[in-house]
Amino acid sequence: MGRIQLKSVTKSFGDVEVIPPLDLTIEDGEFTVFVGPSGCGKSTLLRLIAGLEDITSGHIEIDGTDATDVPPAKRGLAMVFQSYALYPHMTVRKNIAFPLRMAKLDQAEIDKRVEGAASVLNLTDYLDRRPGQLSGGQRQRVAIGRAIVREPAAFLFDEPLSNLDAALRVGMRLEISELHERLATTMIYVTHDQVEAMTMADKIVVLQAGVIEQVGSPLELYRTPRNLFVAGFIGSPKMNFIEGPEAAKHGAQTIGIRPEHIAVSETEGEWSGVVSVSEHLGSDTFFHVHETGLAETITVRADGEVGFRHGDRIHLTPRQDVIHRFDAKGLRIE
Amino acid sequence: MARTVTTRRKSLNTVLAWAVGLLIFFPILWTILTSFKTEAQAIASPPLFLNFNWTLENYAIVQERSDYMRFLWNSVIIAGGSTILGVIIAVPAAWAMAFVPSKRTKDILLWMLSTKMLPAVGVLYPIYLLFIRLGLLDTRGGLVVVLMLINLPIIVWMLYTYFREIPGEILEAARMDGATLKEEILYVLTPMAIPGIASTVLLNFILAWNEAFWTLNLTAVDAAPLTAFIASYSSPEGLFFAKLSAASTMAIAPILILGWFSQKQLVRGLTFGAVK
Repeated sequence: MGRIQLKSVTKSFGDVEVIPPLDLTIEDGEFTVFVGPSGCGKSTLLRLIAGLEDITSGHIEIDGTDATDVPPAKRGLAMVFQSYALYPHMTVRKNIAFPLRMAKLDQAEIDKRVEGAASVLNLTDYLDRRPGQLSGGQRQRVAIGRAIVREPAAFLFDEPLSNLDAALRVGMRLEISELHERLATTMIYVTHDQVEAMTMADKIVVLQAGVIEQVGSPLELYRTPRNLFVAGFIGSPKMNFIEGPEAAKHGAQTIGIRPEHIAVSETEGEWSGVVSVSEHLGSDTFFHVHETGLAETITVRADGEVGFRHGDRIHLTPRQDVIHRFDAKGLRIE
Repeated sequence: MARTVTTRRKSLNTVLAWAVGLLIFFPILWTILTSFKTEAQAIASPPLFLNFNWTLENYAIVQERSDYMRFLWNSVIIAGGSTILGVIIAVPAAWAMAFVPSKRTKDILLWMLSTKMLPAVGVLYPIYLLFIRLGLLDTRGGLVVVLMLINLPIIVWMLYTYFREIPGEILEAARMDGATLKEEILYVLTPMAIPGIASTVLLNFILAWNEAFWTLNLTAVDAAPLTAFIASYSSPEGLFFAKLSAASTMAIAPILILGWFSQKQLVRGLTFGAVK
């Protein structure tokens, strides 16, 4: 079980309120991702759930029990840190066994669980090494191993992949998703990388300045962002925002159109502009188009290889059915 | 660009370093040499450097006149006891200051250090009276407590510096793993800080071993350590340099040997945190 509820939770450091009153429910077995720019309070929120920071007011419930004043060790949660936070003086085996030792399990049970976790995470050959002798990816696996042996109510991940290189990150992302499928345990995952959020989450919580901007499934957030912030944050490349007469035509202060929802043509289209930069990825091509008279840059994503280059004049046509409209306050107009 | 150091410059530096080293070591060397001279040779003018009749006579006389082993044992107990007690008290204190600092932590640290600037003689009278009242005069236990208190600021400072180098996330991980505060300090913090704790222990053992003001003033016979042993050779009969030197050599030998074997640890400990 691992249903976590935050009720009117606030957090202040001195006079600075970093989390204004916040309510959130994370259902049992759900993979929830907290995403937002640096300093948005997502890590603080995770630490409040973990019990590593005290909340200023409000309540945290884990499986219906008030855990507000319960110390971290007793909350039944396991955490994987950005820096891995392995115990450098212990071998991999002892690192993974540590939470079990603290729980005073008998040695046979500890050995069994450590071996089990090691085989799941491909660490069997490294059990007698120390963290210093492992690569970044292996260290992260040890950190995950240390978390899973406890069979916690929920896993908390604090930007666990940000110290890994790009290739390894994709691999570990998959492994964590697979782990979630297999364990079906609640996971709360903090990241500033919206790609990680989109690919892993059942539910994404978008945060800005300690405030929840929107909660929803990745596709809900992608299709119906509640406001300009979410619209700009979710999706890569970023959504294009257009103000002025073009927006007024749609009865909005601002309209948003995603790069993948704009068709490019050499000859005709609703808008036209000059290619400033073209990025050819093979699978798709990104164009950064200037001189459209709509916004400084319009980003366009075309499927496959499209041969326009710097300086080419091209024509753009947005798909009318997926234009997002926002009012003067930046809120979505349905 | 890396700075190039020429061979000439390197040798010059080496010579300079040796010269300064020898200058610092000279008084100790002179004491050791004098301990092998006769009393007459010890005060000869011009002084004799190596060209004298080497003798072990002084050592024999010193050993005969006073019970060296008793003083040595007292020194070991007092220096060792005060260091161990100090570390036991300082580890939690330094933990608190390093990992749960308050607004006043820096001030408290400075205030603690400032007590080291107080002339010891300023508190001799009250402490002496206290010792009489508590029956601690000339006891090893009393000295252990006093020397521990004297060196506590340094122990806390040093440990604080080492602890600050340990990432807080590792301790948080231990907390998440179900460790109590005691287990966190015992199984995670202390083993990680062992090099720092070791150099703190060494330095404080040396400081306590060499401490003369309190050991001379608060002991007479029973608890007298090696400092008192040396001092006993500079009194009523006048100064007997050769014997005094022999006594001094015997007193500093253990700590000199300890320092020699642990110099790597000491240097590492003292420069810890200076460079990352």
